[in-house]
Amino acid sequence: MSSRLRLAGIEKSFGATRALGGVSLEIAPGEVHALIGENGAGKSTLMKILSGVIQPDAGTMTLEGRAYRPADTLDARRHGVAMIYQELSLAPHLNVWENIGLGALPSRLGWVDRRAARQRARGALARLAHEHLDLERPVAEFSIAEQQIIEIARALLSNPRVLIMDEPTSSLTQADTRKLFEVIAQLRAEGVSIIYISHFLEEVREVAQRYTVLKDGQTVGSGDMAATPQSEILQMMVDRDVSDLYPKRRATLGEARFTLEGEGGPLTVRAGEILGIAGLIGAGRTELLRANFGLDPSGQVSGKPTPRKRWRERVGFLSEDRKEEGLMLGLSIAENIGLTKYPKLSRVAGYLPPRRLSVMAEPWLGTLGIKARVSEQAVGDLSGGNQQKVALARLLEHPAEVLLLDEPTRGIDVGSKAQLYEVIAELAAKEGKAIIVISSYLPELFGLCDRIAVMHGGAVVACKPTAEWTEPDLMRAALGVSG
Amino acid sequence: MNKVLAKFGPFLGLLLVIVLFSIPGEVREYFLSVPNFKIILTQTVIVALAALGMTLIIVSGGIDLSAGSVIALSSVIGALCLKAGWSAWLMVPAVIACGAFLGALNGTAIAGLRMTPFIITLGMMGIARGAGKWMANNETVNYTNPAINGWMTTADPFDFSMPPGAWVTVALAIAVAVFMQRTVFGRQIFAIGSNEATARLCGVNTVLTKALIYTLAGAFFGLAGLMQLARLRQGDPTVAIGLELDIIAAVIIGGASLSGGSGSILGTMVGALIMSVLRNGSQQMGWPTYFQEIMIGVVIIVAVFLDRLRAQRRP
Repeated sequence: MSSRLRLAGIEKSFGATRALGGVSLEIAPGEVHALIGENGAGKSTLMKILSGVIQPDAGTMTLEGRAYRPADTLDARRHGVAMIYQELSLAPHLNVWENIGLGALPSRLGWVDRRAARQRARGALARLAHEHLDLERPVAEFSIAEQQIIEIARALLSNPRVLIMDEPTSSLTQADTRKLFEVIAQLRAEGVSIIYISHFLEEVREVAQRYTVLKDGQTVGSGDMAATPQSEILQMMVDRDVSDLYPKRRATLGEARFTLEGEGGPLTVRAGEILGIAGLIGAGRTELLRANFGLDPSGQVSGKPTPRKRWRERVGFLSEDRKEEGLMLGLSIAENIGLTKYPKLSRVAGYLPPRRLSVMAEPWLGTLGIKARVSEQAVGDLSGGNQQKVALARLLEHPAEVLLLDEPTRGIDVGSKAQLYEVIAELAAKEGKAIIVISSYLPELFGLCDRIAVMHGGAVVACKPTAEWTEPDLMRAALGVSG
Repeated sequence: MNKVLAKFGPFLGLLLVIVLFSIPGEVREYFLSVPNFKIILTQTVIVALAALGMTLIIVSGGIDLSAGSVIALSSVIGALCLKAGWSAWLMVPAVIACGAFLGALNGTAIAGLRMTPFIITLGMMGIARGAGKWMANNETVNYTNPAINGWMTTADPFDFSMPPGAWVTVALAIAVAVFMQRTVFGRQIFAIGSNEATARLCGVNTVLTKALIYTLAGAFFGLAGLMQLARLRQGDPTVAIGLELDIIAAVIIGGASLSGGSGSILGTMVGALIMSVLRNGSQQMGWPTYFQEIMIGVVIIVAVFLDRLRAQRRP
């Protein structure tokens, strides 16, 4: 087999976190190659390296026999490697030909050569059998599927030899997916190689000829799609040893404390229990928690909750997004911890001396091992792990009896993770808190939870004690594969 | 060191401009005199009072462009009340309530309908200005009742006494400073300005809080309008055009961030003083007004630039 693109021993670290630790990949001309892996397996890092967004620390890339080291995305495009992102990157107010030509509009003396631009746009759309699209309409007026075609047309302008598609069908209907597959077949016939990233195994089997599986930043297998049974690929995705990162504990369950209401039936968590919620990104896990906490309106939750009411019922929520929602980075540790109980901290008529806030917050620095000088320090100065401890301290200080934790260990280093696991396990075991944890990292759920519920397509599809799950089973449920 | 600089940065600026105008001997003699400082303080009252309200708004992450227009409208309403024979005891609360009402309209639209403060208050800027001209029949409103004529002057310009308006400003500044630093509501203003999503997540009623902030600020603009009336002794619907920018500038020079979450009343007051001293000093130097305008523009940019430098150096 002659190869168009070959990767060997690609490594990449971000600070202390090793995102890729030896990835190899080989793709033939005119081949659709599926890149498969769990959330966080390193797929997107690898694609960023291929499309020139970031540079690898080690390893070699060869494009048609020549060394390939793109300096940036423009350089990658010049070499014939183009990427279609999951989130479309069109300018919604501009029309079709402006979008297709964006960044490379043909011009004469600084004036846009409209006729040439339209001609090029039409040519690119014709290759995708979509030349009927009205070039003068703003792209915001087109359907998502058509916008995707426009995005692909833009990528085609640079005559790519390798086209990377990241979850291209995630927001498409069945019919539109069909059409996209026809377009892919067309491109393939023209000799374009396509790297196709997707969670949907069945879909991948249909469109791809070969596959590569990534796990924890490494290539763990590759081969012919048709010759490999699905179960074997699943096994490769999840196979690993659960290390002793997770604290051992024995759950003593108390009474029912909180019930999540949503599609697929209610989920009740009991005092002293840790309930995990697994699922792929977009499965509706965060939405379920937010709706039940009253952050987003939902018709499925009874009693019209608001965050205010929930805190009063001693239910606390930890946001998955520390920067945008979880913390006030410019304010002090004390203010971040105390905000939910200001009225309570003030004993007289809304009067709240800063001293009382510090006295309240100071002990948490020691209890949770928050590395900071004083509780008046701004949270934005702390590391990610310490910020997360501050966010958790808010729930404990309140004190919440029910803890809703959305991706509590996202973006923090391994050491802090282990500390957080310890804290969470103790809260359940010693203080009898009822805890619900969303995580995209399966070992975390297996190591921490008493029960794991799985969501797919916005609904809870299964819920069993952790001991009754195996990782491949759980993955199958999360992918929506029956049997 | 940084902390000291953060706290006293605006003070150093104030000191710097005062020293600057004290260098030429012939200007110093009058510039550093008691009557002149009384004039400076009195000239600061209107901007300073309005800036108290503006600080609340800016710390919460908002902006109010209608302040100047609301001040003018308030002065017209006050003049009309006095002309209609109202006593000052009735007129003063009525005018402040009118300011608060306009602020409440702003706040309700911004918090309740989730519209951008910039747009809403830009609209209110036109509405209040137009309403003022309408109510005043497009001319100044004159009255005879001398009840509030003494607010902005003292009987003897050479003694150490201060006009009542200045005392009211000082007292309110202290009250608002304590309110912002040491009450639940005050700290929630900082929380909303720093990260509104977090405040909501933590159970703060962000809609009500924001509406109240604009209402409170409106009351301050109404009071500033009364001071304007006391100074001119007639209701003028065309007064205080562009004053909202001076008010915002005072807050920003005082160290507040336009993106919200930081700022202090002390800083704002010093910021307002810096601008008054600059104006007053330039006049005595015989500099033309256009030069004053340029100076103030430069000061705003330098102040924010220094603030940025300080923020970046933080470990």
